[in-house]
Amino acid sequence: MQRHPALRRTGSGRSRMARRGLVARSASTGEPVDTTIRLNQGERVRAVLNSSLVALALIVLVGVFGIASPYFLTSANLFRVVQQVAVVAVLAVGQAMVIITGGIDLSEAAVVPLAAVVAAMVMNSQHSVAAGVAAGVLTGAVVGTVNGLLVTRLKLPPFIATLATFSAADGSALLLTGGQPVFNIPPAFSSFGSGGVLGIPYMTLVALLLAILMQFVLTATPFGRHVYAVGSNPLAARLAGLRNERLLGSVYVISGLMSGIGGLLLTAYVSTAQPSEALNSELDAIAAVVIGGASLFGGEGTIWGAMLGALLLAVLNNGTDLLGISTYVQTVLLGVVVAGAVAVDNVRRRARY
Amino acid sequence: MVAQVAEDAPFVGDTVLSLRSVSKHFGGVTALDDVSMELQAARVTALVGDNGAGKSTLVKCIAGAHTPDSGTLEMEGHAVVLRHPSQARSMGIEAVFQELALADHLDVVANIFLGREVRRRFGPIALLDNRAMRARAKEIIDGFSINIPSLRANVRNLSGGQRQGVAIGRAVGWGTKLIIMDEPTAALGVRETARIEQLIRSLGDRGLAVLLISHNLEQVFNVSDVIYVLRRGRLVARRETGNCTPSEIVGLITGAKEADKRD
Repeated sequence: MQRHPALRRTGSGRSRMARRGLVARSASTGEPVDTTIRLNQGERVRAVLNSSLVALALIVLVGVFGIASPYFLTSANLFRVVQQVAVVAVLAVGQAMVIITGGIDLSEAAVVPLAAVVAAMVMNSQHSVAAGVAAGVLTGAVVGTVNGLLVTRLKLPPFIATLATFSAADGSALLLTGGQPVFNIPPAFSSFGSGGVLGIPYMTLVALLLAILMQFVLTATPFGRHVYAVGSNPLAARLAGLRNERLLGSVYVISGLMSGIGGLLLTAYVSTAQPSEALNSELDAIAAVVIGGASLFGGEGTIWGAMLGALLLAVLNNGTDLLGISTYVQTVLLGVVVAGAVAVDNVRRRARY
Repeated sequence: MVAQVAEDAPFVGDTVLSLRSVSKHFGGVTALDDVSMELQAARVTALVGDNGAGKSTLVKCIAGAHTPDSGTLEMEGHAVVLRHPSQARSMGIEAVFQELALADHLDVVANIFLGREVRRRFGPIALLDNRAMRARAKEIIDGFSINIPSLRANVRNLSGGQRQGVAIGRAVGWGTKLIIMDEPTAALGVRETARIEQLIRSLGDRGLAVLLISHNLEQVFNVSDVIYVLRRGRLVARRETGNCTPSEIVGLITGAKEADKRD
C-alpha cells in the first residue's frame, strides 16, 4: 500500500517531536514549531507581566504616597489599609469566579448590606454571634442560589439576573429595617472587626484565607478547571460532558457566600449594620477583578490578580485621603484606573497576535 | 488496539457499529429514511451527500445527540439506545467536531482531558493529577503522531491543523472503537489538510473504525475504504473506494445517477 512510506515519515517526525518536547523550553532549531513555543512562553510571560504591572503600579503608588505623606507608611495606617481592603477583597474572590465563567454578579453590593442587617438582627434577637454569622452567610447563599437559578434555569443573562436580585436584596434590607441602621452589635463580634494578630487585622486574614482557598480550588481541582472551561467555550464544555448549568449555578452560590461573608466583615468593622452601606462596593470588586487581569468574556483571570487589584484600589483610596484629595476626585480616579488597566491589557493582548 | 496491518493484506474489519433501518423525523420532515450501514474496525468509512442530505442527523444519531425514531443501532452486535453523547462516549464512540470543541484558554493537556481529568483523591477532596495527565497526553500525542509544539501551549495559540490534532487527540485513546470526523479539514490549509488526512488514515490503520464526513471528494478518495452516499435522507449507494470513480460518486450525490436497488 502506498500510504505506508508516508506513515514511516510520520514515525520519524514523531521521535523528532518527542525529543523537542523534552527540550521545548531551551531548544531553538528555527522550525515553525518553535514560534509557537515562543508564543506559549509569551503567554506565560504575559500572565506574569500582567500581575507584575499591577504590582509595579502598587509599589509606585506606595512609594509616592510614602514620600508625599509621612503618615502613609506608619504601621497604624497600613493596618487600616489592609483592614479596609478586606471586604472588597472577599467580594472580589466571588466576583472573580463568576467573571471567569463569563458572567457577572452585580448583586454582591446589595447582598452585603442585606446579609449585614439579617446577621445583626439575628445576633440581637438570639443573643448569639454564631447564629447571626450563620444567618448572614445563609442570606448570601440564598441570593446566590437565586442568581444561579435565574441564570441557568430561566436563562437570564447574568447582568439582568443579578441586576434584578441586586434590586430585590437592596429593597429587602430596607424593608427589614425600615431604613434604619441596626445598632447594638455584640462587642465580641465588633472586636473581631477591629482586632488583629501580629499586626494583621483578623478581617484581612479571613480575606486572605478565602483567597488562597479559592485560588487553590481554581488551579488544583477538576471543578476549578471546569470553571475556566465553561467560561472559555461553553459549547466545548458541554460536548466534553461537563454540566454547565451546575457549574454556573455553583459559582453564583460561591459569589453569594462571599457577599454574605463580606456583609459580616463590614458589620464587625463598623459595629453597625446599615441597610444601604455597601452600595458603592460593587464597582470596586468588579474593578479589582478586571485590574487583576480577568476578561469579562470569560476563560481567564486569577484570584491573586484580583487581590492585587483590590489592594491597588485600597492604597489609592487611602493615599488620596491622606493627601486631602476629595472623594469626588477619588471616584473619578477609580474610573481612570479601571479604564487604564483594561486598556493596557488590551494593547498587550493585541500585540501578542 | 494497535494492529499493524501487513502490506497488501486486505483488511476485513469486524463490524463495530451497525445501523438497521434507522429513521428520524423532525416534524413533518424526514431527515433519515430507513438507513442501514455498517462501520468496520480498521476501515475508514466515508459518508458523502449534498447539503441537507441528512449527514449531520446521521452523525448525531451515532454520537448520541439524537435518538432515532425507528430502527436500531448495534454496537459490536448488541442493540444499544443512545440518549446522550456521554452514553455514546462510554461505549467507545467519539466524535470530533469542527474546531468548535476546544477551550481556547486551556492548554493542550487540559483540553485532551476536559471532562475526564485524572484525579488524585485525598479523602473527600479530588485534585487534578497534572503529572499523570501530561504523561498520558504525551503518549497519545506521540503515539498518534499528532503535530503539536508543546503540551503546555494554550490552544488558542495553535494553528487550525494543530487544533484539529488536539481535538483528535481528545477523541482517541479512551478505549475508543469508533471515531466520527465531521468535516475535519473544512477550515484548514493545504498542508495541514494533508497532515490531518494522514492522521485519519493512521487511525484506520491502527484498528479504529472511522466515519468521515466530507464534502471534499479528493479527500474521500484519498483516505476512505468505503463510501456511503446519502441523498434526501436515503442511503442511495455503498461503494468500495477502490471500485468506483469520483464522477460516479458525484452522480450519486446529485441524483444524476440512479440509486442502487435495495435488497
